[in-house]
Formats: sequence, structure tokens, C-alpha cells
Amino acid sequence: MIRRMLAVAVKELLQLRRDRRTILALLAMPALLLLIYGFALSFDVRDIRLAVVDQSRTRSSRELVEAFLKSGYFVRVADLDEPRPLDALFDRGAVQAALVIPAGFGADVAARRPTALQFVLDGSDSQTANTVLGYARQIVSATAAGLFEVELRPPVVARPLVWYNPNLDSTVFLVPGLVAFILMVSSVIATALAVVREKERGTMESLRATPLVALELLVGKTLPYLLVASVAAAGSLTLAWGLFDVPIRGSLIWLALVTVLFLAGGLGWGMFLSSLADTQQMAFQLGLLSSMLPTLLLSGFIFPISSMPPALQVITHVVPARYFIAALRAIVLKGAGPEVWWSDALALVAFGVVVLVLATVRTVRSL
Amino acid sequence: MSSPAAAAAPVPAVVTASELTRSFGDFIAVDRVSFEVAPGEVFGFLGSNGAGKTTTIRILCGLLAPTSGSASVAGFDVATSSAQIKTRIGYMSQRFSLYSDLTVDENLRFWAGTYRLWGRALEGRLRWAREVAELERRRRTLVRELPGGFRQRLALACCLLHEPPVVFLDEPTGGVDPEARRRFWDLIDELSAAGTTVFVTTHSMDEAERCHRVALMHAGRLLALDTPTRLKAGFAAGTVLEIGCALAARALARLESLPGVVNAALFGDRLHAVVDDPTRGRDIERALDQAGFAPVTATPIAPSLEDVFIRAIREASREGAA
Repeated sequence: MIRRMLAVAVKELLQLRRDRRTILALLAMPALLLLIYGFALSFDVRDIRLAVVDQSRTRSSRELVEAFLKSGYFVRVADLDEPRPLDALFDRGAVQAALVIPAGFGADVAARRPTALQFVLDGSDSQTANTVLGYARQIVSATAAGLFEVELRPPVVARPLVWYNPNLDSTVFLVPGLVAFILMVSSVIATALAVVREKERGTMESLRATPLVALELLVGKTLPYLLVASVAAAGSLTLAWGLFDVPIRGSLIWLALVTVLFLAGGLGWGMFLSSLADTQQMAFQLGLLSSMLPTLLLSGFIFPISSMPPALQVITHVVPARYFIAALRAIVLKGAGPEVWWSDALALVAFGVVVLVLATVRTVRSL
Repeated sequence: MSSPAAAAAPVPAVVTASELTRSFGDFIAVDRVSFEVAPGEVFGFLGSNGAGKTTTIRILCGLLAPTSGSASVAGFDVATSSAQIKTRIGYMSQRFSLYSDLTVDENLRFWAGTYRLWGRALEGRLRWAREVAELERRRRTLVRELPGGFRQRLALACCLLHEPPVVFLDEPTGGVDPEARRRFWDLIDELSAAGTTVFVTTHSMDEAERCHRVALMHAGRLLALDTPTRLKAGFAAGTVLEIGCALAARALARLESLPGVVNAALFGDRLHAVVDDPTRGRDIERALDQAGFAPVTATPIAPSLEDVFIRAIREASREGAA
């Protein structure tokens, strides 16, 4: 059994070695996608167009405005005496946020009385609005505590303490998901194509007439792709670490283990798809659809699973990227050991076993 | 087989089929086919595309379950023991079982690996295969760069690496030039002489002539099975005529309607007619002459396998209509 499996693996590796395009796609594409998405995909908002309505015109109000501008997130585009023209500015999109400092602000601060500010936001893009609001809160509370030594209203302020990613840099959070996404798509498609190619070329018919059994064929075919995809995974993580300053705090061995488990599941899924498809085109489309969409939408990569409707939350349990991303974030960002992510690893093993069994059963039947 | 008693007893068949049937939905691809193939025999399956040749081979190789009836290969039932059969057969499918992006040696080693050949036994078989395929000096050539004839011999060598007692060749000479085709058949003769049973499908009459026995297959049915010589002896002397005339294709309908013509068919730019009596030739010449197909010549010829085949198909369709 091992010998026949190895014969298939060696053959596949030899073919892969001559197939420059596939190798390039498997190795270079993940890095390229990571570069593109890594820079493009970020929830961080910068250079927010800010209108300032300073009706207080005191030293403390000017210091507050300075704090906003120095933060690097805001650019002052308008300076107004009264809030009324804001309507028009927001309508035109000329400003995204407005800081309104009421006339009594300076006096309140001087008298160490609780006081209030108005922060107006364009909520049509709720994601951006949320982020901007977060920045504003942070600036105001820092300024209030540091410069004025007063508490702004409400008197009890919850001061968030962010661990692991203190700057709340979304790239650090997104890159592990991106790695999962890229690896899933490329591993599923590569293996689906590898088996369907045998059908298209007619070599499958000859393979079937040999004592080779489905499991030997599938595992043998998976091994070389597992190797190449692991190299691609290592490259992507190195790139994430070097270029996007994603800290790798956990053990590299655990990282490798979880990655290989995830890849095995993706490759197994590719094998299963190959038993459904008869042409490379069909295999490609099935592979793309079934790996890209769930990994993008249902894995917690971008949209938190906890904020999904219950029905969707149930579906996420069969998306392997969900477990991989959770484990990856735990290992990479938190340096957590297996006591934290063992259930995710177990789920990946279960997924891998189930798809391989499905693929074998399907292949036996279609053989 | 090697025991002295075997000489007296009939040699046990290495491939048998009995009432073998395979249908796909309403379509019956193989219809109650029965035959036996002796060890070392070159057994030809002759028929047009869609006659059921490939389906029969796939059943015998254990790739397809029969709908009804039974078959055995090397003593194992195809329905229940396909795993045992697969270690004892070689199968060369219509599309050669080679990887064009691998070299000659890589292909040989891969196919040997699927039969778990290794070590010294493997090296010996590789040497043998390179010799058979005449590729000793092109071991590191990619298969896609080989001419068709070499590829075909290499494909055959690949499915013989594990020295199977039976080899199934499904239209092995498609797309190969006549010289390569002739040498391929010399190779088949050598295999047969060495005791390997060769089960080969073809739609070429020349190739069928080189088989020890030929099974005529049409629309899933086995119409006739015998040696090429005996199949052709089924015609009385002088009853197969070759007719040369103008506009042969149009003359065919007229010829078929003449009295005494059992059947007629177009052979290139000539017609072949099977008649009930050797003296019909004169009448045919005269009738076609009058019908405007002059000049007409009708000469008795030795029947070819094609004549046998066409007559068998006509008789079968007449039976079917009756």
C-alpha cells in the first residue's frame, strides 16, 4: 500500500516539477495576493476630513483640537463658528466628521466641572463611522485625563485596554485570515485539477485497471501538493511577519502542525470535488466557489461569527477556515498553546478525515 | 497447465464469458455474449464503433460490473474478484496509458510501482521493457516527444511489466502508421508465442486476419466466432463477386434488387456482391450494363473478412426484422 502510494506521489511530484505554471501559481500567488490584499484590506481609517466648530475659543478647546489633528487620523478641512453649515458639508461629503466644542467648554474645564462635547459622524458607512468614533473617544479621554485633569461626561469612563494588538491595527488581525483564505483556495483548486486531469487525459482508465485503490491514489496525489502548499504557507507567514509586522508569538511547531492539518483538509476537499467534476473547467469553478466564498464570508476572517444570524453561525461549523483562523490568531497573536486551540485542531482533523472518506467513497463509486 | 494430464484434457480457458450482458438504462451495450479464450491465443474482437467491444473489455478488466451473465479472467470471477484480476492482467486503453509530461523511464517506473515491482526484479523488467519498446537510448526523453509508434510500444510494455498472463488491448494501433502497425503485430505474435493471451479489439480487417480467432461483434451481439480461414470458408466457391462499374455508389441499390443477390456492399469504388449461384455473374453484368453503369465487370474473388462481417450483419438485422 505504502509503495503504491509513493509511486503515485513520486509521479505527481515529477509532473508538478515540469509544470512551471502550476508551481508558480501555488508558490507565488499566495505571496502576491497577500501583498495586494495586505495593503488594500485594512479597516484602519486615516485622513478623516474633520470640520471644527470651536465656540469656546479657549486654550483648552484649542488643545483638544490640536490633539485631534496630531493623532494623524484627522485632517481639518473646515473651521466654523456655528454648527449650522455642517448639514451642507456632510451632504456634499466634504467632511466625514465634525467636532463641536460648545461655548461653555473652556469654563467647565477651568472649573473642573463635568462637561460635554459633540462629535458628529457621517454614519452612511457604519464600519468607518465606528472606527472613527473609536479614535475620537480615545483622543478625548486621553486629552481630558492628561491635559485638563478632568473627567469628561460620563463621570465613569470605561478605559479600554487592548491586548495583543494594542494599536488595534486591523492588518494584524486580518493577515492570519488572509493566509487561510489564500491557502484554502489554492490547495482546493490544485488537487481538484490534478485528479480531473487524469480523467481528461484518459490515464484514469488505465490507473483503474491496475491494483491501485482509490485511497492510495488520493493520498499519493495529495502528498506532493501538501509539500508545496506548506512551503507556500511558510512563505506567506514569513511575509506577514516581515512586511505587515504580524508578530509570531507562539511556537512555530504548533503553527506548522495546525497549518498542515488545515491544508490536508483543503486538499481532501479538492479530491472530493474532483470526484464530482469531469472537466478541469468544472473542477476549477467548483473549487473556487466552494473554497473562496465560505472562507471569505463564513470563517470569521472579516465578519465576526458571533455577530452572524444563528442559522449562519451553524453553517460556519463546517467551514474549516473557521477553526484554522481561530487557532492561527491564538498562536500567532497570543502565543497560545494547545490547551487553547486543541478543539480547533481536532475540528480540522475531523474535517480532513470526513472529506477524505467522502472522496474515497465517491472515487470508488465513480471508478 | 504444465501437468502431463493437461495435454489430454482440454486446456482450461483463461478468459470466459457466458451470456454476458451490460446495459446502460435502456441501451444494451453488450447482449448475451459468450466465448472462451485459450492461453496464448490472439483473440480478436472485430466490430465497428459502438459494437460493444470496449464495454466487454472493461467488464473483463473488472472496471464495469456486468448487468447479467458472468465472466472470469485467469480463474477469477469479474463480478466478485476484480482486485485479484487486476494483478493478473495488463490493459492498454484506447488512449495510451502514458503521461506525456514524464520521460520513458519515469513512466515505466510509475506503472511498475502500481504493481509493487521493486529492486532487482524491477530493474530487470525495465531493461526488458526498454528493449521491447526500442527506447534504450531515449530513456530520458519525454513521452510527448516520441513518435506514435514508439509511444504505442511503450504503452504495451508498461502494461506488461508485471508479466500478466492476459493482456487486453483496446484498438491499440489507432493513429499509427502501417509500418509501426505491422511491427506492433509482430510483437503481439511474440507475446503469444511466449504464452501470453492477447485479447485485442480492432475495426481493421487486416489486423483481424492476424488473430488466431476472431469474434464478430455488432450492436452488442456476438455474430460469429471462428478462425479467419473458417469464417471465410462459410461462402460457397464463386459466390462472392467483385463488381467494377461506373457510379458504383448509385449502382448499389440496383444491384441489391437483382435476382439471386443475397447482399451487396460498397468497397471503395467497387461493389462486392454475395450471390446464391456462381453463374449469376453474367446476369449482373448485363443488368447493370442496361441500367447505364457501363463498363461493368463481375469477377469471382476470394472472400475477405469484411464480406463475412457484412453478411453476418445483414443476416442479423434480417433476423431482427423477422
